[in-house]
Order: sequence, then structure tokens, then C-alpha cells
Amino acid sequence: MEAHAAKSPVAPPRARQLRLPGVGAGLGRGVVVLYLSLFVLLPLAALLDNSLSEGIGHFWSQVSSGQAKRSLELILVCSLIVVAINAVFGTIVAWLLVRDNFPGKSIVNAIIDLPFALPTIVASLILIQLWGNKSPVGIDIALTRTAIVVALCFVTLPFVVRAVQPLLIEMDREMEEAAASLGAGGFTIFRRIIFPNLLPGLAAGVALAFARALGEYGSVLLFAGGKPDTQVASIFIGQQIETGNEVGASAVSIVLLAMALVCLLIITLIQRWGSRHERSQVNLAANPVITGAAPQGGDERE
Amino acid sequence: MSRATQSRWGLRFLGLGYIAVLLIAPLILLFYKTFEDGLAAPFEAITSADGLHALKLTLLTVAIAVPLNTIFGVLCSLLLVRHKWKGNWLIDAAINLPFAISPVVIGLSLFLLYGRQGWLEPGLAEAGIKILFSTPGIILACIFVSVPFVVRETVPVLQEIGTEQEQAAETLGANAWQTFWRVTLPAIRWGVAYGVVLTTARVLGEFGAVSVVSGNISGETQTLPLFVEKNYENFNLPGAFGAAVLLALLALVVLMAMNLLKRKEAA
Amino acid sequence: MGISVEGANKCFGDFQALDDVSIEVPDGSLTALLGPSGSGKSTLLRAIAGLETLDTGRVLIDGEDVSKKPTQKREVGFVFQHYAAFKHMTVYENVGFGLKIRKWKKDKVRARVDELLNLVQLPGLADRYPSQLSGGQRQRMALARALAVQPQVLLLDEPFGALDAKVRKDLRTWLRNLHEEMNVTTIFVTHDQEEAMDVAGQLVVMNQGRVEQSGSAADLYDKPANEFVMSFVGEVNRLGDDFVRPHDIEIVRDRDDSTAEAMVQRIVALGFEIRVELVLGDGTEVWAQLTRSELQRLELREGQIAYLRPVHAKSFNGSAPSNPLGPRLPKGPRTVATRR
Repeated sequence: MEAHAAKSPVAPPRARQLRLPGVGAGLGRGVVVLYLSLFVLLPLAALLDNSLSEGIGHFWSQVSSGQAKRSLELILVCSLIVVAINAVFGTIVAWLLVRDNFPGKSIVNAIIDLPFALPTIVASLILIQLWGNKSPVGIDIALTRTAIVVALCFVTLPFVVRAVQPLLIEMDREMEEAAASLGAGGFTIFRRIIFPNLLPGLAAGVALAFARALGEYGSVLLFAGGKPDTQVASIFIGQQIETGNEVGASAVSIVLLAMALVCLLIITLIQRWGSRHERSQVNLAANPVITGAAPQGGDERE
Repeated sequence: MSRATQSRWGLRFLGLGYIAVLLIAPLILLFYKTFEDGLAAPFEAITSADGLHALKLTLLTVAIAVPLNTIFGVLCSLLLVRHKWKGNWLIDAAINLPFAISPVVIGLSLFLLYGRQGWLEPGLAEAGIKILFSTPGIILACIFVSVPFVVRETVPVLQEIGTEQEQAAETLGANAWQTFWRVTLPAIRWGVAYGVVLTTARVLGEFGAVSVVSGNISGETQTLPLFVEKNYENFNLPGAFGAAVLLALLALVVLMAMNLLKRKEAA
Repeated sequence: MGISVEGANKCFGDFQALDDVSIEVPDGSLTALLGPSGSGKSTLLRAIAGLETLDTGRVLIDGEDVSKKPTQKREVGFVFQHYAAFKHMTVYENVGFGLKIRKWKKDKVRARVDELLNLVQLPGLADRYPSQLSGGQRQRMALARALAVQPQVLLLDEPFGALDAKVRKDLRTWLRNLHEEMNVTTIFVTHDQEEAMDVAGQLVVMNQGRVEQSGSAADLYDKPANEFVMSFVGEVNRLGDDFVRPHDIEIVRDRDDSTAEAMVQRIVALGFEIRVELVLGDGTEVWAQLTRSELQRLELREGQIAYLRPVHAKSFNGSAPSNPLGPRLPKGPRTVATRR
């Protein structure tokens, strides 16, 4: 199957190389690489260096120490739960925003991005007002593991909604009508037609949400706190810095970072699999079997 | 009621209920709590010396970090889209890194690079430059966390407009600068602006990374988000709420700007 | 299975898509719904399929009122203009979709899908994804998918609209042959009168949500019920209240009482057919259709004065058409104003 995805022997026409204004591409590239190195890569190198400064054995003992391990496990489990919740509710919300009509829809559409715009510490503060010991509805979940889940749901909601929404807008409604005319009911249409076509976007949204949830700090700080049983990895790192255990902090940081990268990688693979049918015509033209069988004459809608 | 209508109402109940409980209720409660005892206390807290300093410092970080990341973002997008190069994927991956890294971890890496036993410490100390626990550290943290936004918003727009307009401008005799200012930039401006808004929002509200590198000293290295935390921990609730409402109002302005820009971009 | 629609009305907002439409489609026929865009033809087809619900009126399939039945239960095959291919499924999965819904056994599905892929001339492409097919192949796959479940009726909405001219012509012939083979009652929507006349046995001409006329291609062409049908089905010249088909305009070299004077503006050779564009004395532009030999006999040249005689003219405002050109032109020789 993957053979079709191989590079076409027919090279696409070379993109015209436009000059960058003022600087050549080489100099521009130099500036970009320097900027990224100085502001992003150099600090990360210092982090990696520090985590290993006392040997790999020390690194490992820091990561597998009771509290460190517990905090990593806790954030992993919480992130999985949160991503599952938001995958379901985010898809529902995206659906409502695209396919439904209700008063106030444009306001709801705008407010979805609130967690992107609102500082996380403010999120933490307002969540503790609503769900803390002074809760107006009498539900006090502050400083519990449930609070971690609620805070993470808050900050990651927009990722899934915004990833699914454009796919729903672009989806060919006739596919659903065709399925209905072939006898498929509402649920079957969702499961067999809509869901598979949303999957790439859903996976992308989930990946971003998961990466964000793993490292979230501000919104859980006040609301879930740093008690031993509610201490997630980022809070643990913060505490280690305060107590001067920098090597321990950087070791856990490296693991956390690796988890986020692995998850992004896995999701990229899922996405590629989910859109395996989007193969270009160019690749096919390279396949003599297909070219031979194809009737003459093009098509192309519109 | 038909089954289709039933499931429609069911979905509305679930989806809108989720939004209401998770997003809207807390926001309303924040404004209510802040102003339930009148405007005086929160206003006083923000206009106190520490409050004003935190506001000024926050605006300063925005004024430095946002333009830097915008210029970098546009330049980087042009390179990624218009200049095929073998190393582009590496640049692309490096730009996405801040999305995958916890703010605390970002703070920690800066802390380690510029701190006591950091790589750069000897040289900086000799030159008398203080980065950690002072304004430069805060700005570096803000630049790090907000590097990706302009690039991520500009690249797709740049890909979509293609090169035909630029080539047309060149055939009409425009030089590289003229082409950029008169053709490319106007075509991508709403995408860039959207990225700028996201960058601004992130810099305004950055907490985790800044809290590690700043030392959180009132009146010196305290940004507005840090001011919120410190006041909350010291049980000065009017101060915490006042600054939180200010930040929430800024967030609402950002939301409106995002929606406006999205509409412009679509048009 | 015969289909009838009785008194169908459908509004979208304040746009009336269907205005008291009734049609009768005999069992086993191949019927075209013909009309310009916005005429309601697609809405009518979708209402028959159950993809739109009528405001008032009934749809009967094989004498049974199906108005309240959801699409899923109507057992219609529907083919969309843009194929509506399930792009995440292979050709095999697309064609077998309806059978899977009906919980057919795997080996039976395989046999039926193979049979259909042979029927639509796509053998060996079962494992392709729709993005790997040409437009014509995709449309044939969509047709196979609709036919797989052995529908009572087959409905096609502008099935060839998105294809280029050559593929379109091939598929027309192919569809006609397929219909003869399968003999399933078929309705297809098109805005192309040539396509409708080529493929369908019965035509229903629609305009502004109403049925203007239905009948065979010859009926519509020779006995149009009104002005709209006359001008939509075939080419027409309009002369005041009268209508003349271009091939019904005779060009003669000598003037008499039944002729009108006109100047030849342009002669276009379209192979066997010759198109002569003329201007009458009052500035009205007409065109006449001649054969190559007629043109040679007449020795017409551009800029020359010629005399026209309409053979058949039609008027739809009650008065009997006589000579539409004669009375409107001043008697006696006069020069035709040149317009170039």
C-alpha cells in the first residue's frame, strides 16, 4: 500500500526562489538559526547537560524516586483522562458550531478561545472561586485530583474544537446523504462516514491538548496545589527548583519533555494513517498499472 | 419529538452545558467576586506602587518580546515557505518545541543557562550583566514561550497566496523590498496580525516560566500574573482579584481582536 | 416501479423551489428533469429520494405513499453530481457499503461488488481510493454503489455535470445501455437539453419551480407548450411575439411577398452545418441554419442582402402565426443599415 506514497519520479517544477528583501536567503537563514539557538536551543542544551551532570545513574535515581515517579504518573493519567473528555465534548461543541443554529452561537464561538487568551494563573484563581471551599454551588473539589482534571479540561478545550471545526466545515455533506440513501442510520453515518473523516483533525487537536496538559503549571498551581497526592510533574519541578535540587528538576523535565515529543510523534503517525486515502494523482501517474487502466480524459470538478 | 430533534437537543445540552460550566460560569463569578464589595479595593490594589510596577513591567515585556518574535516570525515563514532548503524541517521542529515544553521547564532551562553555575555565568558576571532575577530574564522567558505563534499563523497564509502575485510585481519592475512591502506583506497581514495577537496574549499572561526566572520580588521583578499569585498567597484577595480582572479584561480584548482578524482573514 | 409526485410544494426561506409540482414517471422508464439552474429540478429529485421533505404534497413509489418514510427506507439509489465518494474508503468498501448496512455475508458482498465493478467497467480497481480515480471512474463507482443494493428506482442528480465534454458523451451512451440492461425506473436531472434528449425517453421541463411541459423529445421540440419550452429545448429566433427555429428559416435569392430583407453579417462554418447570422431592417438579429450544399447553391457572402422566409413559426399569445417577418417590414426595397 505504501508503495504509492513513494516519491514521484516526476519532480515538481522547482519553486521560484524569490530574494528576501534586504538580505539573501543565506543570511536570513543564519539569522533564524541564530535566533532559535540563542533563545530556544541553548537553554534546552543547558537543561539536558545539567540533568546528566552527575551521571546517568543519578539521573535515573532522580526520575524514579517516589515523588518524582508519582508526579509523572499522575500527570500522565490525568492528561489521558482530560484528552478523552475533551475529544468527546470538543467534537460535540465543534459540531454545534458548524451544523446547528442557536441564539448566541457567535458568542460561544468566540468564547471557545478564552483559555488561549486568559493567563493560566487567572484561570486557576477563578476555578478555585467556583469549585473551592467558598463555592456558590457547594461543590468543593479544590486541592484534589479532580481539580487537576477540571483545570486541564479548561486550558485544553480550544485545541480539539479548533482542530475539528474546519474539517466539519469542509466535509462533503453529500457523503452523508449518499450513506443515508444506502440505508445507513444516524449513528452509522457518524461512525462510518463522519468520524473517519474527522480523525486526522481530532488526532492533531488531541496531540496538542495532550502536550499542553502534560506541562501545564499555572492553572493547577492554586487550584490543585502541591500536596503529595495532587502534585503533578510541573509542580514537582517547581518545588525542586525552590529547594535547590536542580539536577532532580532537570531530570524530571527531560522525561516530561520526552513524553510530550513521543506523543506528538505517535499522533503524527496516526494522522498519516488516518489520511492514507489522500494520495495525490501525481503519484498515481507514476504507476504504470493505473495509468494503463485509466480511461483517457480528465475530470476535475468546478 | 422526532429522534433527530431529540438527539439535537441532547447534543446542545451536553455541548453548551460543558461550555457554560467550564468557561462561562467561572468568568462571570470572577467579575462578581471582584466587584461585590465595590470598585474601591480592587482599584486601589492595582494602582498601588507594586501594582503599577507590575503593570509597567508586563507592558515592557510585551513591547520587547512581541516585536522581536514578529520580525523573526515573518522572516522565518518566508524562508520556510519560499526557500526550499534541506534543513527546513529542523527549523520547523525547533519552532514547535515551546508548544511541547512545560513553562516551568522553560524557566528552568533559562535558570540553568544564566544561573550560578550556568554556561554563560562567568562572562556575564564579568561584564556586570544580570539576567536572572531581573528584567532581561523575564523577557527571555517570554520570547521563548511565544516563539511559535507568528510562524504558525503566517506559514499557511503564505502557502495559500502562492508566488504569482510576487512574480507579477517583479515583472513590473519592483525590487525585493518593494515586492515585500507592497505585495507580500499586505497579502499576509491578517495572518501575521493574528499571530501577533496570540503572541501578545501569551506574553501578557505567562506565569510558569517567568515565576522561575524572576524571583517574584514585589516592585522589582513582578509581572501582573505573578502579582496575582503573590497577593492570593498573602491572602490579599482584592489585590489578586483586581489584577486578575485586569488580565481577564485584556483577555477579552484579545478574544475580540482574534475574532475580528479571523473574519478579515476569511474575507 | 412507477413514481408519482402530487402537488409538491417546497420553500427555502422565501424562495419557492417547488410550486405545485405533479409528475408521473412510468415503471421502467428513463426520465430527464430538464431546466435551468434554480428551476427546482434538483429539489424535486431530492424530495423523491427523501433528502428534502416537502412542505405539502405526496411522493408515491409503486403506488405507495412514501412521503413520511426516511431516505434510509425508500430503497432509492442516488447518484450525486460531485460523486459523494466516501473518500476514506476503497472502491470496494464504497460499493459494498449499502450491503454491509444490510448485513450481507462477506462472501456474498464480495461476489456482488465484483459483479457490479464489471458492470460499470471498473474491474481491478477495487483496492483504489477515490482520490486515485479519474472523474469518470469516480462517477461510475458512485453508480455501482447506488445499484449494489438493488434499488427500486435510480435517481441521478446532474450525474455528468462535473465531467469534461468527451467523458460526458461516453457516459451518456453507457448510461442508456445500462438502463436497457437493468430496466430500473430512472430519473436524472440535467440542465443540458441535448443530454436530456440524447439519453431520456421522457422529458419533464421545469422552470421557476413549476413543470412547464412533459413528453417525448419530439413532442417538446415540435409541439412546445409555451415560449419557455420552445426556447429552452432547441435553438430559437425571437421575432416580436413569434418564434422560429433557425432551420425553419429559408434563405432565398429573390424577393416576394412572403419574404423579408436582411443583410448577411457573418457566415460561420461548423462542419456540415452552416450558421448564417443576419440583421433585419429594424435591427433584429436572427440566425439561420443551412447545410453546406445550400450555402453553395445560394452563393451567400458576408455583407450581402438576402431574403428570408420562415417556414414554421409559433406564437404563444393566441393569435395564429402567419408570416412573422412580412408585416413587420416596410414594403419595397430599402437598404439595411449596416451595423459594423
